[in-house]
Amino acid sequence: MTNNSLLVLVISSGVGYGTPLLYAALGEVLAERTGVLNLGVEGMMLVGAVMGFWTVQRIHIGSTLVLAAAIGVAALAAAAMALIHAFLVVTLRANQIVSGLALTIFAGAGGLSSYLGNDLNLSGAPARHQFTEPLPNSLQNLKIVGPILFGQSVLVYASWLFVALVAVYLRWTRAGLNARAVGESPAAADAMGIDVVRYRYLHTIAGGALAGIGGATFSLWLTPQWVDGLTEGAGWIAIALVIFAFWRPTFCLVGAYFFGALTALPFALQAHNVHISGDLIQTIPYAATVVVLVLVSSAVARRRLGAPAALGRPYVREER
Amino acid sequence: MRIERRLEQPRWLSFVVPAVAIALATLLGGLVLLVTGHAPVKSFRRLFEAAFTAKGALSATVVSATPLAFTGLCAAVAFRMNLFNIGGEGQLYGGAITGATAGLLLAHSPSPVAIGAMVLAGAAGGALVAAIPGFLRAFLATNEIITSLMLNYVVGLILTYLIFDTHSYLRETKGFEAQVFPQGKTLPASATWPSWTVHGLALPLGFLVAAGLAFAVWGLYARTRFGFEVQVIGDSSRAARYAGMRTRRKILAVMCLSGALAGIGGASQDGDFRHQLDPRGLTAAGYGYAGIVIAALGRYNPFAVVVLAFGLGGLQNAGYTLQSADFPAGLVGVMEGLILFCALGGEIFVRYRVRFERRAPKAPTAALEPEPSP
Repeated sequence: MTNNSLLVLVISSGVGYGTPLLYAALGEVLAERTGVLNLGVEGMMLVGAVMGFWTVQRIHIGSTLVLAAAIGVAALAAAAMALIHAFLVVTLRANQIVSGLALTIFAGAGGLSSYLGNDLNLSGAPARHQFTEPLPNSLQNLKIVGPILFGQSVLVYASWLFVALVAVYLRWTRAGLNARAVGESPAAADAMGIDVVRYRYLHTIAGGALAGIGGATFSLWLTPQWVDGLTEGAGWIAIALVIFAFWRPTFCLVGAYFFGALTALPFALQAHNVHISGDLIQTIPYAATVVVLVLVSSAVARRRLGAPAALGRPYVREER
Repeated sequence: MRIERRLEQPRWLSFVVPAVAIALATLLGGLVLLVTGHAPVKSFRRLFEAAFTAKGALSATVVSATPLAFTGLCAAVAFRMNLFNIGGEGQLYGGAITGATAGLLLAHSPSPVAIGAMVLAGAAGGALVAAIPGFLRAFLATNEIITSLMLNYVVGLILTYLIFDTHSYLRETKGFEAQVFPQGKTLPASATWPSWTVHGLALPLGFLVAAGLAFAVWGLYARTRFGFEVQVIGDSSRAARYAGMRTRRKILAVMCLSGALAGIGGASQDGDFRHQLDPRGLTAAGYGYAGIVIAALGRYNPFAVVVLAFGLGGLQNAGYTLQSADFPAGLVGVMEGLILFCALGGEIFVRYRVRFERRAPKAPTAALEPEPSP
């Protein structure tokens, strides 16, 4: 098997395409574990993508610095979007589903991200700085593992770090346990003296920041440019991925690469001159999500597998 | 400050809150424009003129409003039962595919037959797409939000495939233009839906059908046993099951009804406006998502949906008309989002009463207890 073989190509680019999904899904895990369902991921990713791209185009400092700044700006911008959702659903007790959709309409394609992209004059130009594959060629050219493990951008390696951080946080830290308590039984958590409102705000906002980094992964590495609606539904796949991964950060990693590989498959096949309709292959990730959802959706499975019990429910102390 | 649940929701609030929401959203939108260096008043005036007062603008607004009325009804019917069908988009595509097929097949039939068949085929197509998440939700307890959403992408890709990637029955294969750029077959004259002009305002058949369906939906929900049961299930599915209502069948039925409404919207796109199956145009428009905004803003009332579709249609129509370098792109989406945010935020004033009063100094726990008697 050579490094140009179909399988290696699919897996290595699958890791790439899976990375934005992974960031966004990790963020959504944080929010959902405290009981806040945020369907605005697509919008938050797009705002992150456009603002990250703006940073590299307009700020003139060293390449490494500007890329770091771009990631920061993307995270902040998307976190601001998440704040709107948090305010509506936590403070004003609005319907989480409608509010999340509103966020996607507000921020997504045809909304704020398009407005910003147009107003800041960002479309059409290639990125001035972009993430590259930093490891030495000797490693990248290793058989099979080279392109898959070593031929990736810093964003991929950083995402592994985030998986570990989120996993450890949720499992072994006091704050993480408190956060899960808020998602399972806000009334009990409240009685324990945990500030439900604060936990929900902070985790929703942190989730937004991660979604923003996921969006910036598109505009600064995968397709280093800005086009309207750049993420093409990745935010929605990320939401499905969270369920697919049973709300566990480590499973998100596997799921993200699986979905990433399916996205990469049509391109890889094209490179090998196999003609199958790209449109039809691209339906696979979406159809697969439906199938997986069906498999994990029996009530017993859900309880065992860890759906936060209070997911989607506003917490009102006076009405418990 | 105290927030307490209202025992009764006064009727006037359900009119005042959306009105205030729209006003507040306009203010916030103006702020966005101001911060980014556009003149808000001028932008809004241009928006309003292009939507309603310019010559022919009202007719163009009706064209934009028609699909929104259908997808708005689609969302309202399902959301009223706490069934979050956000697949109006895909269901509209499904209806557009079956509607166009029916129109092409019946090229030699008299026009009323062809049009009637298109409406039925569109309804069936939309219902079929919606039946999948409906069935999964009803019998396998699968979350309908994600499944209906995923189908939007699946059906959208199938729609694109039918015209761009295969020589299907629906695709035009003759002629120079069709060789260069793939497009759908033009529908025959018998499949062209009529439109009537009243005082210079063109009313397409689709809009009248949507208005009629809004009335039918109102009747169904307010005047029949089916509608009553749907609302009980929406409020408390456990109570409904206890009362012996067949919740599963009802979920499937409401999903199919919801999809059928969006599907007729798809057929109306073929017959009223586009006269061919037009994947690029349909997928770019985002009718389904806008329909959800309308339904939520209208608090799932079918008549409010039609009125709001007209308003939002104006906004979208203005967005297309003003698509140029000097008018901010994306403003329409921003405005839709802001209106929805404000309406959602305003909902708390409908459901809760906010009281400003000084807290009794001696009893810090008073907030948790009922009013002390004097």
